[in-house]
Order: sequence, then structure tokens, then C-alpha cells
Amino acid sequence: MIGQFIDGPLWTFSLTVFLIGVVWRIAAILMAGKRPDLATPKGSAGAGALRAVFSRFLPERTVTTQGRLPLIAGYLFHLGLFALLFFAQPHIDFIAEKITGLSWPAMPHWAFIVAAEFAFAGLILLWLHRILHPVTRLLSDLDDHIGAVLVFLVMLTGCLALAQAFEPLRLIHLLSAELLLIYFPFSKLMHAFTFVMSRSYTGATMGRKGVNA
Amino acid sequence: MSEPFDQGVQVLRQQIDAGISAYFSSCVHCGLCAEACLFYTETDNPRYTPIHKLEPMKKLWRREHTFWGKLGALLGLSEPLTEADFSEWETLVYDSCTLCGRCSMVCPVGNDITDMIRKQREGFSAAGYAPEGMKEATRRALEIGSPMGVTYATLKAALAHVEKDTGLNVPVDRQGADYMTLFSSMEVVNFPEYIAAITRIFHAAGVSWTISSEAFEATNSGIQIGNKDAAAELVNRVVTAAEKLGVKSVISPECGHAYMAIRWEGPNLIDRAYPFEVVHILELLDQLKAEGRLRLASKENTPMTLHDPCQIVRRGGVIQPPRELLNSVAEHFIEMKDHGVMNWCCGGGGGVSANERAEPLRLQAFNRKKQQLDESGVDTMVTACANCRIILEEGIEHNEMDTAVISLTELIADHLLEGGKEN
Repeated sequence: MIGQFIDGPLWTFSLTVFLIGVVWRIAAILMAGKRPDLATPKGSAGAGALRAVFSRFLPERTVTTQGRLPLIAGYLFHLGLFALLFFAQPHIDFIAEKITGLSWPAMPHWAFIVAAEFAFAGLILLWLHRILHPVTRLLSDLDDHIGAVLVFLVMLTGCLALAQAFEPLRLIHLLSAELLLIYFPFSKLMHAFTFVMSRSYTGATMGRKGVNA
Repeated sequence: MSEPFDQGVQVLRQQIDAGISAYFSSCVHCGLCAEACLFYTETDNPRYTPIHKLEPMKKLWRREHTFWGKLGALLGLSEPLTEADFSEWETLVYDSCTLCGRCSMVCPVGNDITDMIRKQREGFSAAGYAPEGMKEATRRALEIGSPMGVTYATLKAALAHVEKDTGLNVPVDRQGADYMTLFSSMEVVNFPEYIAAITRIFHAAGVSWTISSEAFEATNSGIQIGNKDAAAELVNRVVTAAEKLGVKSVISPECGHAYMAIRWEGPNLIDRAYPFEVVHILELLDQLKAEGRLRLASKENTPMTLHDPCQIVRRGGVIQPPRELLNSVAEHFIEMKDHGVMNWCCGGGGGVSANERAEPLRLQAFNRKKQQLDESGVDTMVTACANCRIILEEGIEHNEMDTAVISLTELIADHLLEGGKEN
């Protein structure tokens, strides 16, 4: 009964909240508007925006020398999570069955283990850095911690459900993922989408000035 | 609540556009911007983390632009922006930020934190929470025409000396000249050698130029304090004078924020594009050199390094011209570590130099520049901003360093080939 609810209506509800919420947040940002820049440009705003979207995946030297821990932990977590989310066989099967109908090759089991270790190590290190470093401790709020805990829960239950031998574990994993989807649009987790916008706005401004940002 | 406070909140509200919303939505509180800020690196005080300086604006954004903020406001659970927030954050917004833009270059999600602080200052200024020194500078700029109180009479006296020293005529109010030149007050008062330098260079290169007696001041206190109306008025004076004289171009002086004001912010402040071009003096010198009109002779043997003024290089996009020019007169041009768009600020930009109470913090922040200089092993630093020059000289004196600071334009003039002869 509960299993059917998690598998059926709650999944539909959480996915709907996620999709509508994300679109609403992005639309709200765009609708806030931005005045056109009247200064004669030196370079291309479009090229600057495109460049910044990708160049900011690589850190400046100031960060590589002074902020190594969050930088390395950030890479571990994001790359690990991305691999788990889109290249774990159960996820590919789930996406094919419930959302897109499309599937693609999965990563081998050993790669799943490596990706999971990366993601766990990265997330734990980032969270420890958040609560221990004076700067991140000052900046952090409840939203940061809720987001970290929810993602951790999803990853943990996902690993427990990996063997696919015990149905309740799969349902717990799905339930935690659904909670994450519902929370997502109302939180800083939105940066997974809005980073493209923030990088683009800055890149466009700097691109007009002829500065590679 | 006071009327200025309400006005400040209203102005702050108006600053929240799509860019600001995207920036706040994207910030994950990673704190990496701290490592790019000289006020944090030199004090280890987490309050100087760039994004933390934006808490008041974030509070307003969260309350009025997010689900939880709106829900909290509806239920009376979220605290609104208060006068105490303005009061507590004033020093963070003005004393510990030079608008240098370094934080904007390192943010992983691409937030232009500098632009956010520039916009937040609009609200603070409207609410009356700004340093007295900057308020006074803005008042003098509007009433007298210059933040340092320099009038045309002062400039005229300086021009008379220049004409006597160079034996050349300095054109004033010449209708139809190609270029109208602006100065910063600091150049008129502290470094009139700059005026002499461009007079000689323009004469040698055959540049058609003039100065306007009605608008010669390039600095703009309005953009530093965050007062759009004042900034627009100051830009308008220059635009009106340039249109009256019918010039093709306006030359920004070496001063960094003057370039930012007239080149990049100006058209947006007055809501229209200019009918003329704006060039930085270094861009023009580089162009004259490329055209073969600026001929230089011999090179300095002393090792020299370059301090990149933030608003000209990182925020302004004039990156290669100073390097081309310095290379043409210096045999040993040695770049500092973290040069170009990632250079460290002198510590006195963004109005900090006009803010007396910020001096102890500014001198502490100068340690970053000192370290950068020490690592370079060079004792002669060339720059292209009168404000940087003053701040660097103060820091050098405070630290009892043996470093000379010279203007790039003046250095170029010293190597000018005039009438086939080296100066």
C-alpha cells in the first residue's frame, strides 16, 4: 500500500513539484529583467557568456592555492554524484521506464563504487568544511544543511538499495529522492540550474568589456 | 522608521534585477570568494568575505523574492531589513571593499559580487549610511565640480605652468578637435606632470585635442558612494561639454574609476549612448604607437613591474596596451605574480581612499601588495592610475619600502622622440 503510494502518486507529485518549481524559479529570475547595456561594447556579450559558463568549471589560481579542500571536495562530490545519477544502471532503467523511455550504457559496477566513494567523501568533506571553517560557518544557513542532509540520505539509501534484493530499501531510496525533488525548487539546490544564468550574466558583462571571465 | 531608511530600502529593492536574483539563487555559501579578497586574506576576519558584505541585500531579496521568505513574512516569522542592518554593515560595504572585482573572477557559480556591492551601495547611500568623507567628496563634486574642490581656475594655473615648462600651447575649448581630454583632480593637484606628459606626446604625435573649461573632471564620486543621480549628473557634464565642442572622442585619464564611470557606466547612467567614443589614455597611446605617430627612443635599464589598476584592467578591459607600452620603454619588464586581470588591488579604490576611518584597515590590506612586490624583486613599479599611485606611495612609506612608483604615461613622455631627438 505505502509502496504503491511511493511508486505512484508521490512520485508523480514530487516530479511535478520539481518541474513546475524549477521553471517557476527560472521564470521569476528572468522576469525581474535586466536593463540593456548602452555602453559601446569592445567584445561579444554572447561569446563572453558562453565562455564563462564553461571556464568557471576550472578554478583560478587564487582558489587552487588557498581553497584546496573545498575545491577538491567540490569536484569529488559533483562528479561522483553526476556519474551516480545518470550512469548507474538502476537509474538508467528508472528514467527509461518512468520518464523518457530512453536508455543509454551504464557504468560498470566498479565505477559505481568509485563514483559513490567520491561523492560520499566529497559531500562529507564539504559539510565538515562548512561547519568547521570560520568563513563557511559564518555564511551557512539552515537551507545549506537541509540540502546536504537530504542529498546524503538519498545517496546512502541508494547504496543500501543497490543490490535490489530488498524491496523496502528501494522504496526508502525512492522516498528520500522524492523528498529531495520536492525541496529542490525552494532551496539553494537550484544552483544546479541557476549557475548557468549567473555565469552567463557575468560573462556577458565582462565579455562586452573584452575581459575573459 | 526614518524617511531616508525607507528610501534606502526602496532604492535597494530597485537594484534587484535578474542578475542579482540569479546571483543570490546560485550562491552556495562556499566561501571561496574570501580567498580573492585582500581584506580577508590580510586579516583572516571572516566578516570580510565578499558575499557576506551583501547580507542586507540578501535579506531583502530572500523576504521578497523567495518562497520561504514570502511565507515567513506572511506569518510574521521572518525579520525585515532594519536600520540596524544598514548601520552594522556600513563599514563592510564601504571600508572593506574597493570594488576591485577580484571576487567576481573566482566565484564558481559566476556571481559578479562586485556589481552586487556596487548596487547595494545605492541603497546604503540613499538611506544615509555612507562614510562622511565620501559624502563630502560627492557634495564637492556636484557643487564645485571636483571631489577635491578643484575649479577651472586651479586647472588654469596648472596649465600655465605646463605651458611654461613645455613651451607648448595647451588647447582649451577648441571647437571641432578630435579629442577632448579629461583629468582627475589628483592629477591636477598632485601629478601635474601627467598634464605636461600628454601635452608633449600629443604635440609630437600631431593629435588634435582640447580641454573643456566646463568639464575637465573625470572622477565620479557618485559611482563610488552609490548615488545614481549624482553619478549621472557628473557624466552629463562631460557629455554636454563634448557635444558642445563637437569632438569625436573623449579621453579618460589614467584614473581607474574615472574610466569605469565615463566608459562603462556613463551611457547607462544617462540612459543614452554617446555620440562620441571614449578611449582610455593608454589605449590611445598604444594606438598612436601602432600607427607610428608615437615614436619612442631608448629603454630604461632598471627592472620595472606593472601594477594593474583594477577598474582599467580587470573591470575595464584595457589589458594589453599597458604591457605593449611598458615593453617599448623598459628593457626588463617583469610581471608580478597574479598580474593582469587577477592583480591585487592597491587597497584604496572604490572610494576607500576618500574614507578616513578606513585608513588603518587599508594599510593592513596593503600587505598583500607588499608581498606581491617583494616576490617580484623589483623596486620600480609603473602604474596608470593617480589614485593607485597615491595609495601605493602611502603604503610604501608606511612600510618603509624602497620602491619607486611612476606613471606609465609620464614614462612614455620621458622616452618621446621629439623632432627627431630623444627628450
